[in-house]
Amino acid sequence: MSGYQSGLLVILCFNVIAAYAVYLPLAAGQLNLGVAGFMAVGAYGAAILTNEMGWPLVAAVPAGGLAAGLVALVVAVPILRTQGIYLALATFALGQVIAAIFLNLDIVGGAAGYPVAAYAGPGGVYALTGAVVAAVFLLSRTRFALYLTAIKSDPVVTDLMGIDVRGMQVAALTLGAVIAGLGGGLYGHHFSFVEAQHFNVALSIYTVLYVLLGGVQTVWGPLVGAVFFTVLPEVLRVGGGWRYVLFALLIIGFMALRPQGIVTAGSWRRRSPAPARVPASLPEAAE
Amino acid sequence: MTTPALALDSLSQSFGGLQVLTDLSLSVPAGRATALIGPNGAGKTTVFNVVSGVYAPTAGRVLLHGRDITAMPSRRRIRHGLARSFQNVRLMDHLSVVENLIVGQHATTRGLSDLLTPFRLWPEHRWRRQAVDALAEVGLSAHADAAVGALPYGIRKRIDLVRATLAGASLLMLDEPAAGLNPTEMNALRDHLALLRRRGVTLLVVEHDMRFVGEVCDWVVALDFGQKITEGPLAEVQRDERVRAAYLGQAA
Repeated sequence: MSGYQSGLLVILCFNVIAAYAVYLPLAAGQLNLGVAGFMAVGAYGAAILTNEMGWPLVAAVPAGGLAAGLVALVVAVPILRTQGIYLALATFALGQVIAAIFLNLDIVGGAAGYPVAAYAGPGGVYALTGAVVAAVFLLSRTRFALYLTAIKSDPVVTDLMGIDVRGMQVAALTLGAVIAGLGGGLYGHHFSFVEAQHFNVALSIYTVLYVLLGGVQTVWGPLVGAVFFTVLPEVLRVGGGWRYVLFALLIIGFMALRPQGIVTAGSWRRRSPAPARVPASLPEAAE
Repeated sequence: MTTPALALDSLSQSFGGLQVLTDLSLSVPAGRATALIGPNGAGKTTVFNVVSGVYAPTAGRVLLHGRDITAMPSRRRIRHGLARSFQNVRLMDHLSVVENLIVGQHATTRGLSDLLTPFRLWPEHRWRRQAVDALAEVGLSAHADAAVGALPYGIRKRIDLVRATLAGASLLMLDEPAAGLNPTEMNALRDHLALLRRRGVTLLVVEHDMRFVGEVCDWVVALDFGQKITEGPLAEVQRDERVRAAYLGQAA
């Protein structure tokens, strides 16, 4: 693999991790526009642990994930009081606040950034990405994932079925933040540098875009969306300066043609021998 | 006298200045099918919403099998045997039929291990099998993997009913189960309810179709303006002057 290719693959991996961090709460209908903030917590948290406390990478990166999860857990209760666009705004503000705190924190270098001594190679990045994808895939086969979709469809009925709607939403936001924190922690150690400016609004919004473009109905949507978003701009390089225009047009085109995302639940179901629609008047006793 | 499956004790409900239920007391005997009738706006669906915990009553108590559940969070009530269906069929459109039913089984599952078992890795997992069996029992198994939105209204309505039964509820509240069904579907619904009654499930049914009420229910409670005006066997209730006035008053 050339340096260019492995570099691209590493970026793809970080994008995939971020996509799943956004996907989990989004599966329950909660739009998290502050994912960059949770990544920053993981990045700085893990970097402080290896730089200042001498922790090994394999402990520091998970600890960064847990730290991000802890932040999410603490803010989940007030944040999840809001719904819809207000929840999106609250997470957006949270991401900004977190980035601003690190930007002004002198012990991690403030605006000058924070060099990280310990190094994580591409192998580590691939391994973590594989682990995150596998974990989210397994999670998607559980009742938990089913309940998240149920909450998105109808929270009142889901509650009457005996499901703790608030608890599931908090869990989804927190798990998403853990994933973001893991990604952030590894990011700093791969690029040997953490700067608060990287964890900005554009990163949060782009990540949400991948996920929406890929589709949230199945667990593969975010993966496909991240691949699409990472690879397409590279392919479009042949277009020179026009590539961003082409890219934006393609996104708009996709959103218009497939508002449900590239991968939908239906595209899976069609593979299995699904029963044909039965007209309403067919006698049920015929079975 | 045995404890009724459900008892409402002096229940009142108002929204702002609008009084929807006024000092309403009624009891639903266990193992029977009771109908709640009355003109539109009489407060029937409000009764369901208060009993299921969607609204907290302004005053009064709700007793489920003798236990005061007035202040119990709505999500806990299903584990105490209370389930309901919805007038406007509230299946989760993002889920398939069988997935809706698996969500409906939730009250029968236990703890974090059930929540996090990746059961969909096994195509024949018992949860799926139970859901498909419940469909097969009422002749709907052909629709197991269908997208909910693609199904005709009558089928969706009956799937909503199947879902409500999967938690093993002892009291089932049905909000206009027959509305919008064609005659074939009506027959299927009647058989379905008979099956539930044989299993000892208590039914509380809001319904406008009096022929259906007569066939399914053995006791009728009539409401008007949030108050009970009379109760008894259907024929008796239908002869009651106040009931006639309530319905005619609405027509006038």
